[in-house]
Formats: sequence, structure tokens, C-alpha cells
Amino acid sequence: MPNNLRFKTSKFIDETYRVSFKFNNKIYFGFKGDTLASALLANGIHLVGRSFKYHRPRGIMTSGSEEPNAIIQLHDNSSRTEPNVRATEVEIYEGLVASSQNCWPSVNFDIGGINNLLSPILPAGFYYKTFMWPASFWEKYEYFIRKSAGLGKSPKVADPDIYEHKYIHCDVLVIGAGISGIMAAKMAAKNGFKTLLVDEKSYLGGSSIYDNSEFSKINNQITSSWLEKEINEISKLENLEIKTRTSVAAFHGYNFLLARENLTDHLPINQRENKVRQRLLKIRAKKVITATGSIERPLIFDNNDRPGILLSSAIKRYIDLYGVACGENNILFTNNDTAYETAMSLIQRGIKINAIIDNREQIDSKISYEVEKNNIKIYKGYTVVDTYGYRRINRISIMKLSKDGQTVIGDKTKLNCDCLGVSGGWTPAVHLFTQSGGKLKFREEDQVFIPNVYPSDQISIGSCNGDFGLEEIIKNTLTSIKKFLDIDNSEYKTVETISGLNQSKRNIWLLPSDKSIGKTKSFVDYQNDATAKDIKLALREGFRSIEHVKRYTTTGMGTDQGKLGNMHALGIISETAGTKMGEHGTTTFRPPYTPLTFGTIVGRNVGKFFDIFRRTPIHDWHVANNAEFENVGQWKRAWYYPKDNENMHQAVQRESKAARDSAGILDASTLGKIDIQGTDASEFLNRVYTNAWSKLAVGKCRYGLMLNEDGMVYDDGVTTRLGENHYIMTTTTGGAANVLGKLEDYLQTEWPELDVYLSSVTDHFATISVCGPYSKKIVSKVIPDLDLSDEKFPHMSFKNAKINNIKCRVMRISFTGEHSYEINIQANFGKSVWEKCMEAGKDFNITPYGTETMHLLRAEKGFIIVGQDTDATLTPIDLQMDWIVSKKKYDFIGKRSLYRSDTIREDRKQLVGLLTENPEEVLEEGAQIVADIKKSPIEMLGHVTSSYYSPNLKKSIALGVVKGGKNMLGQKLIIPMENKNINVTVADPVFLDKEGERLNAKL
Amino acid sequence: MFLINCPFCGEREQSEFKAGGEAHIVRPKQPTELSDDEWAEYLFMRKNIKGIQFERWNHIHGCRKWFNMIRDTSNDQIKAVYKMGEKPPVK
Ligand SMILES: [Zn+2]
Repeated sequence: MPNNLRFKTSKFIDETYRVSFKFNNKIYFGFKGDTLASALLANGIHLVGRSFKYHRPRGIMTSGSEEPNAIIQLHDNSSRTEPNVRATEVEIYEGLVASSQNCWPSVNFDIGGINNLLSPILPAGFYYKTFMWPASFWEKYEYFIRKSAGLGKSPKVADPDIYEHKYIHCDVLVIGAGISGIMAAKMAAKNGFKTLLVDEKSYLGGSSIYDNSEFSKINNQITSSWLEKEINEISKLENLEIKTRTSVAAFHGYNFLLARENLTDHLPINQRENKVRQRLLKIRAKKVITATGSIERPLIFDNNDRPGILLSSAIKRYIDLYGVACGENNILFTNNDTAYETAMSLIQRGIKINAIIDNREQIDSKISYEVEKNNIKIYKGYTVVDTYGYRRINRISIMKLSKDGQTVIGDKTKLNCDCLGVSGGWTPAVHLFTQSGGKLKFREEDQVFIPNVYPSDQISIGSCNGDFGLEEIIKNTLTSIKKFLDIDNSEYKTVETISGLNQSKRNIWLLPSDKSIGKTKSFVDYQNDATAKDIKLALREGFRSIEHVKRYTTTGMGTDQGKLGNMHALGIISETAGTKMGEHGTTTFRPPYTPLTFGTIVGRNVGKFFDIFRRTPIHDWHVANNAEFENVGQWKRAWYYPKDNENMHQAVQRESKAARDSAGILDASTLGKIDIQGTDASEFLNRVYTNAWSKLAVGKCRYGLMLNEDGMVYDDGVTTRLGENHYIMTTTTGGAANVLGKLEDYLQTEWPELDVYLSSVTDHFATISVCGPYSKKIVSKVIPDLDLSDEKFPHMSFKNAKINNIKCRVMRISFTGEHSYEINIQANFGKSVWEKCMEAGKDFNITPYGTETMHLLRAEKGFIIVGQDTDATLTPIDLQMDWIVSKKKYDFIGKRSLYRSDTIREDRKQLVGLLTENPEEVLEEGAQIVADIKKSPIEMLGHVTSSYYSPNLKKSIALGVVKGGKNMLGQKLIIPMENKNINVTVADPVFLDKEGERLNAKL
Repeated sequence: MFLINCPFCGEREQSEFKAGGEAHIVRPKQPTELSDDEWAEYLFMRKNIKGIQFERWNHIHGCRKWFNMIRDTSNDQIKAVYKMGEKPPVK
């Protein structure tokens, strides 16, 4: 590496530890402590990428998370590849591989660069205006736009790294470990607050930690020395947890914050095995202290985006922290004192400064006099009007500013340089504050937005609160933290500060040029290539609100959310429109502050942990017996049990036939079960179900339908009266939690006078349903003591029983229409009882069946499935279930709605059976039903809700909802499909055993 | 994410709760006596205020109790929580 770019003066760089890395297929060296950006700069590399729209060469611009240009792809073509990473944030490690994005074939020669020449025809809104017309061409445009406009590439294989989430609760969260953050954390921790201090960098101290200038001192010590002692002290505090490499991504209401902690990204890949890469911290803090500092503003002038143009503070950081010079012939361009601090850092190391261009006519600060003493030419009242050099800046031209700063006057002077440091003053980093709902106010003197109204127990301190001078920062931090934490002891007796800077600034949002604005390219948003010209165009075209201008010009829409240029955009808008700053709104910063990886967001919830699922007590048996599963609610339910090489259809046909001809067995454990007790339990059921419950005898079961207040069917199931004041209600599998919630709602809010108690007991029981003509024989073998005669144990009744001394409940209820028994037993015995049933049914062709067969069997009987045949728009009347709606009951949930003008309409969609003309033709569920296909547009009468081939009826059957279907029995309708029209006849929805004789059938 | 002070359990994360719409809407005692319009008023009409709103919440993943909340919808500040059947502590 060229030695003259690296200075052996930084204690943050370990020069004994050389690190090799690859950038754009070339091997380079850096040192431990370098970022990818500092290491590249030390190698003399500025050009790292191409801009998004014009493909202009772009260089490293900043030294932090605000970087708009140096966006790179890490580990291309590997499972760890990651796009859109800021080179300024990547700490280098042995084996790092990075490449430029958005350029082809290479960053030095990029075909898309032609866009730069085409830029006169690529104005703001170009994409909206051009590519939307004619609409049919969009497909062609899209191909080219996507090809040329891509940012990074997303990984194609699974992420090998581990991520996790962690909750943290603390009294005080301090965000940012600069001077004010460190002081605040110390005061909080020493006064008994459980404190968490986080900073996005790998080190503490912010930009003051490398401030070795004689021009800013605290208690007569160099700032960095004073701060080091402070850091040393707080690192020993018990009450204080410190997390570096931790970036707060989101600040939500009620002091809930999300932060990303980087744990292994700085390690060589081979040291990352089995370690958590990143942690998403979910922080709930009683109090939040935001000390996020400020971001230096660039200046907006023609061609202000060339490689070699950096923020002046970045140049200072690269020298002071990393010992790297960004150039050998430097020019600084400023409107405030900041650049003079950079100048002093350069001077101290003997790095050449060709000139300083300062917008201000008068400069009056100790530090500027000191710079002048070093024979540095300062052009006062001047501005840069243009820059030159394609892949790296090599020259600038400057002109004198007019008195009002709106035009340039006099002659143009050209100056050579290979690096230009710019400083437009500072913008408080209020992103997190505004995310939390905070309201800003505009401070005229130095043209900054600062926190004004806090929405929660929080405070902003330091330069993110608009305090820029050292003295101001320290003084205000002390007083505001004392007040905020309500403490007397500040831990700081006297803090004396000296600063050689003053805060004067000459703020000009868009610097004038000798060219007309149409001929300039003054970038406001570097990442998205939005220029001052674009913003003015947007205003000319009538956009006013910043949110609209932003979307039209794409200003601030990049991965950096316009951290550098948003203020200038606002400034240019208000200057052009002649309005006050803030009048057009400030842009809203949205989480995350810096992009998060998907891995961090998902944490451990990947693979089988992506979604939780529930297993029945018999699950392992289903797995062992080759079941396919389907998800119902959060349950894994056995779907069907293919034998040999059966496909789903074959398995279901076999299962369905066996259940009617011999015996079937179903795991019904997932059905919701609610235990209802209390002296008013019967009255309660009367109110929540459509039918009457008072007269149900103990030991009997009844089917019930539950409605919403709007009269629409909500859930159904069988409820059994176990005792005088004791019922067990079953609900649909998916509806269990909601039904319980709804019942609790009525009990607690509408009918608190009722003596009723509800408990969910879904998980407490395994439920095994044995059906078919052999079911009685099978159950009598499993429970020999139980009298199964129709007289003693008729359909819709219940018995307590015992299996091997284990209590169980047996119900004679049926969802298939067959003679069947439902055995409910303590969950942990479920599998053994199931196996017992299988053993007992061995000689009777007992056949386990899954949900698909269950659905088929009940469809043969015309039983509805809530949620499949209903969709919250159907009343019981629509379902032709008038029989279950009590006429006598004065009230029940939804009763009044059953005779609203809308619900009594004759032409409502009503449930009907559908039979196809060709009995082999099975309809598609969801298919539309029409009467007249010649009519245009075709009137949709309804749709198919359930459809099967019935092996027992040897024909296709279907249920559907059809407008006015109730009165259409026998009528022919049409199901139009993609390639054909299927003729169907409206039928009774009960296809099999309308008389219910099979309920008592036995062999 | 709110921090909600359940009147029965104390402060808990919002993720433990479920919002249940506008509060203090009483189910008519004699629905059959109501006209379609009156019933529709109960059934469908809800306020959606920018500002102080009275809401029902359920500590669904906790004590399962329903309670009322007064919330300023413009800034999500929770002004008060109180049990079902109690009078709002503030107007
Ligand atoms: Zn609770």
C-alpha cells in the first residue's frame, strides 16, 4: 500500500495485525481496526460504486452509517452474501470479500454510465412519465429497468448464520456513547438507575474519542484524554451495561425500542461457527436518553458527487482514528468552523492543504487564525462552482459569492486537488426522536430542526438536541440529565471547557453557479441521484408537500433514507416556494434507522420454528402410520393415510368406503372443548346458541349453532350436559380460542349477573371417534363394562366409563351419519386407547381416516363445515337450517338480525346441493355458479363450497351457495371452467340416508 | 408497542392484549322491540375519533379479563384503564 496514505499515529489501528481482503477481485491489505472504507482509502481507492440512476462513479463520502455511496455487496456468490452494506460500517477481517454494486461489467467501466449522458432526458418523474405509456409496453420496459437499476443481489441459499431475539428491561436507556451519552450513562448508573448504554460503533466516545486538538479541552485536558478516563470509570460500574456495535433501529411508543447487536460480523468467517451473528434487542426502558449526535451536512453545488469528495468530518476521522489520509492535495470547502478542525488534523500530520474555500466573508475564531498562521490560503466569501475528474476529483473551480449569496460574481479560479472535504454545518440526528412520535421545531439561527415535544419519558441531549459547542454540550447535558432523572448529585463537580471554534455559519441551501440550473448536477440525494434541479422541477409541476416531492424525485427514498440531503431538499423547497422551513412538513423517518437483515428480524423463528404448531396426543401414531398432515388452525391434523402407492384420492376413497361399510377411526382431539359450570349454565347456553337448552336432560348431547350479533353463523358443535350445572361444549378446531373469547366477552360485559365459569379443556382430553356398522362391536371390546344397547345408550347421549381404571367420557354422537362413539380420555392415555381401538377393530377392517375423509363423509350427509361452507355472510336460514333456530326463545345472540330487511331477502345466497350431469365429473371448490352464460357480463349466482367424489354413492357430489338457491331445487345451472362448461342440477344438500337410519345401523 | 396496565395484573406488553372496539355500548335488553334502524345503530355504528376514545380491551394472553381503556388516538397515550361496569375515571 502507498505508505504516504497511512500514518502510524492511531492507537485504534493494530499495525501488528495485517488483514488481507478482496475488493472487486483484487487482494488488498489493511490492519485490524480498519473499516472496509478506511482500508480502501489507505490503498488509494475512492471509486467504489456507481450511482443508481445515472451510473456516475461514486466514492466513499462519509465514515459512518449515513453513507450514501459506498454501498457494497459482501461475499458475493456465497451463502453469506449480503447486499447494500455500507463499506464505512464493515470492520475488516481476514478473508473478507466485497464487490461494487450497480455496475457492469466493472466499476471502472460501466455500460450504464451512458445514462449520465442521457440525463437531460432522465428528469425527475421520468419513470412515471415515460414507462407508463402505452401500458402494454410495460413488460418490455420492466425488463430493461430491472436489469439496469438493480442495487445488490439477494442470497440464493439459506442463511447459515444464527440469529436471536432478546428482551431487555432497564430504567434508563442511553443511545449513543459520545461525550453527552457517556456523561448521562454515568450519572444514571451512579444514582441507582439500571442503565443500558448502546453505540453503533465498535468503540465508545463518538467523535470526541479521537479529538486530540489543542482547541477543545475539558478541565484543561485534551478532550480525548478526559473522555478516556470517563470511559474507563463507567466500564466498571455495576449498574451499567454497555453494548457496542449495537444500532438502535426503531424507537416506538411507550419507550419500546428495537436494536441490532452485531456479534460476529467483525470476526473472520472461520471464527463464526456456532455463534450468534446478530441479536435483535427488544428494549423496554422506563426512560430513554437519546444522544445520537449529529450528521455533517454536505454542500450542494454542481458535480458535488465525484469520488474524492468527502464530508470534512469524515476526512478528520480517517486521519485521527484510522491514520489514513484521504488525499495528498486537499481542499476544504465549508460554511462553518468544522472544516478548520479537519485542517488542523491535516496540518499536524503534514498533509498538504491547497486551500480552504469558505462561504463566509468574516471568520473569527481561534482555530481559523491558527490555520491561517500555517500559510493556508483561505478564500473567504467564495464558493465552489464546479468540479472535474471522472473517476476521481482532480480540480475545482471557485467564484466569489454575491452579498446575498444568490449569485456568483467575478472571475473563475481553478484549483487542483485530489480530495475535497465539504462541510455545510451539522444536522441533529433526530431520526429516532421523530420515530417515537416526537415533534420538531425549526431553529432559524443555524437552520436546524431540534426536538420540541417529547411523546414519552425521554430526552435528547448533546448535538442531536442542537447543542454543537463543547461548552454547551457539557453544560446542557449536566442540567438536563439532573432534571430528567430528578437527581441532585451530578457526579461532575466542575467541568471547565475551552473551545477554539465558534458557531457562526453562512447557510446557503443551494449554492449558486455561473451556469443555469438546468445545466447543473447538484446532488441532493446521492444514492438515488436526485438533484436540486429535480426538486425545482417537482415544484414547478405543482408538488408542494415534502412527502410528495420526495416520492416524485425519490429524494430520501434510498437505503440511507437521505440522512445527508433531506435538509437541503427541504431548504431548496422553501427557498424556491418562498415559504418558511417546516411549512411543507418535515419528512418522516421510518424504522429501521439503518437496514436490518432478514435474519435479525426473524431470529430463531426459522425452519420448524417459523410457526408454532400443536400436536395431538396421538400424533406419533399418525406419523408412524404414514399419515399426511394438514394444518388446521395451529394444529397438525392427519389428512389421510396413504397405503402402498396410493395417491390422496385413492386413500380417501378407501377410507370413506371403510367408514361406512365396516369401521373408521378418527383423531378428533383438536376439536375445541370448553368446560361450562355454574347455576346459570343452561340459561347461558340458551343465550349463546340458536336452539333451546333448558330441557336437555343430564347425560344428553345436542348440536348447537352459534351466531354473531349480525345473525351470521359463527361456530357450531355438540354440547353435552354432564351434570345439572355442568356442560362440555365442543367447538370447531380453528374457532376454539375465538369462541372462548366471545363467550367470556358476553359473560364479563353483558351478563355479569350470570353464575357461569368457562375453562378451555381442549388440551386435557384426547378424543377418538369410532364410526361405522362395526363401531359398537369395537367399542364394546375396548370398554366391556359399558352397556351399549340403543335403549341404554341411544344416539346423542353420554356415559361415564372406565378403560383400565382410567375414567373416560363416551358420547354417541356422529359427524359422519354412521353409528359412532366418541371416547374422551385424559390426553396422556390417548395414544394407548387409540391403539386399543385399533387392536379391537383388527377383525372388523377398522380404518384410520383423516380430515379429508371426514369432510367427504359429512358432505354426503350435507353437514356444513363452518368456515368452508360458510363465510360470515350466511345465516342459519341461508343454510336451510331453520330447524335449529328456536322460535320460542325471546332472545339469543344474533336473533334480532335474522329478520333485518337484508337477512329476509329471498335472493340471498343459500346453501344447496349440486349434482353434475356427468356423475364422474368432480367440481372445483371455489368455482363460480351461473345460470346464463350468454348474458354479458355473466351474472355470478354463487360458488361451490365443498366437492367430492363419493365412493358410497358412486357419484360426484357438491355443496354450494346460490342466490335464491332454496327455491331452485331441480333447476339446471352451469359451472363455467377454463376449457368447458359443466352442467349441474340443484339438489337437496343431504345426499345420503336422509332418514338417519345409519345412526343405529350395526353389523 | 403499548405498555398496558391491566386492572387485574398490572403492566404488561400490548402483545398480551386484544382490542375489542368501542366501549360503553350496551346490548339492548329487548332487541325484538327495536326497529331495523335502532338495531343497526347498536350493531354497526361505531365512533372513530381522533382524540379521546373509550375502548374495550381483553387481556387475552393473561387473565382473560375484559376492561375499559381511555386512549388518545392522536398520540396513543393511555389516559386510564378501569374495570367493566365501573364509571370512567375521567371524562
Ligand atoms: Zn390481566
